[in-house]
Amino acid sequence: MIELRHLQTGFDGRVVSRDLSLRLEKGRLLTLIGPNGCGKTTLLRTLARALPARGGEILLDGQPLQSYRRRALALHVAYLPQSREVPDITAEALIAHGRFPHLGFSRRLSERDRIAVEDAIHLAGADGLRHKSLKTLSGGERQRVYLAMVIAQETGLVLLDEPGTYLDIGSRFEVMEIARRLCARGAAVVMTLHDLADAMAFSDRICLMDAEGVIRCDGSPGQVYDSGLLEQVFGVAVQRVTLPEGQTQYCFLPRHV
Amino acid sequence: MRDLSFPRQRLFRALPLLLLLVMAASLCLGSAGLSLSELYQGLRDPHSAAYRILFYARLPRMLGGLLAGASLAVSGALLQNVLNNSLAGPNVIGVNAGAGLGTLIVMSISPFAVQWMPMAAFFGALLTALLIYAVASISGASRTTLILAGVAISSIINAVSACIKTFFPELSLSYATFSVGSLANTTMDQVKWAAVYALPALLAVMLVRHDMNILALGEETAGALGLPVRAYRFLLICLAAVLAGAAVSYGGLIGFVGLLVPHMARMLFGSDHRIAVPASALLGAISLLLCDLLGRTLFAPFELHVGIVLSVIGGAGFIFLILKRKGGRLS
Repeated sequence: MIELRHLQTGFDGRVVSRDLSLRLEKGRLLTLIGPNGCGKTTLLRTLARALPARGGEILLDGQPLQSYRRRALALHVAYLPQSREVPDITAEALIAHGRFPHLGFSRRLSERDRIAVEDAIHLAGADGLRHKSLKTLSGGERQRVYLAMVIAQETGLVLLDEPGTYLDIGSRFEVMEIARRLCARGAAVVMTLHDLADAMAFSDRICLMDAEGVIRCDGSPGQVYDSGLLEQVFGVAVQRVTLPEGQTQYCFLPRHV
Repeated sequence: MRDLSFPRQRLFRALPLLLLLVMAASLCLGSAGLSLSELYQGLRDPHSAAYRILFYARLPRMLGGLLAGASLAVSGALLQNVLNNSLAGPNVIGVNAGAGLGTLIVMSISPFAVQWMPMAAFFGALLTALLIYAVASISGASRTTLILAGVAISSIINAVSACIKTFFPELSLSYATFSVGSLANTTMDQVKWAAVYALPALLAVMLVRHDMNILALGEETAGALGLPVRAYRFLLICLAAVLAGAAVSYGGLIGFVGLLVPHMARMLFGSDHRIAVPASALLGAISLLLCDLLGRTLFAPFELHVGIVLSVIGGAGFIFLILKRKGGRLS
């Protein structure tokens, strides 16, 4: 899978994170959390090779990330950036673009490609949207369609940058469910989130970064809570609540209330 | 799931027929009208009067219009895709002006060096396009700023062109026609030399057009899907410059086809570039030939240059685009 060794990230000549070491596992949902500007997105973009690593190394299946050709990389790593264009094409056409790295010179979809697209549409619950133009979809529907595109790419690693931002709570939960389903099929999913409650509720593993871009805590949501570092890094109070049904929930409150 | 389902497929299939009609009309109509039978005779019999009218005046003009219309429209579609800006067009951002300057420089050295003009025009167009692209990517300029930068660059290039005109007064007359954009004095030689560049470029665009759909998803998404974004953009810019250069080398600064026709194509057939690009080529040829036809029949025996007709129609169309853009529905 993917391994980071003493990775240094940054852009425009600026260092964001100095020394990141991580191993990502298949079938697990890892969420990066941290205050604004801590380098979550920069890390994600470096993993997607949208930014060059400034030092250290990233190994994908044992090979250095930069040794992959663009197209070969796209067969292993899918990346959904936060800001995207919204072209006037149908949802189905967009989802089919997820097959781009698999296509030959004629750029025609094979039977195998069509199956992957259908499967992605199904997994993302985008069946009713397929013939609608992206322009006419709501934010939540659009996100679902973009997720389906990434799923159709059929990669072992999926990177999602702020997949829940600007969505209402129902759509946000749906996005998280889709990410979970993707994990259940064996993909390693890494996402950045601003909403800590979502991060705690849906992740297998959380990396908490501080404002200096250092990973302060790396573990299950319970371990991150127990470390007490959430309070310190974000300056908020955190409460663990066990619901009558036995589920664990985390509440985030202003510190002095 | 069909690969190519798009609205108005029937209309799309009718476009080649429509083009043939306009081509025939373009050969028949003019200061001396030809009937269809005279047209047929003229094409067959080298001793008829119709033959001379056709081969010395109408045919070069018609082929010139065909090639320039298709080239400019496709050039516009490419630039709009590369710059991710629906208000980009070879005339708007100064690519045509750059091509014009290239042509003018060759003209001032030797007015008969017809074979060099498309190449000079290509280099002028390419340099301008790369300059705009550099401004866009370095400054991260917004879409509107990009257009303003293009206007500024065109204005500088036009000033240099005007300088050359001052030093070579004998060019004044031909430059006047050139700067408006006209097919009136197009010769077969000019069209041939332009076609040497434009036809391979058009073919290349047809071969690589699918990936324009990927580029339209935005730089990051396209890169994540495995498109070599920089190389592909550079290729498209070069092709856009070859096409604009070829058209400008004999047609002069024909405006608006490159801006408006790609919009027309997308409005009619959707944003899938596999359809929109060939549709742009066909619609570009049709509209340029129609405008030329209008120009020479509307006030006959006076003849308006095609550039003038286009400025009227295109200016109105441009305002329409601006208003439509305000509604946020412009694709």
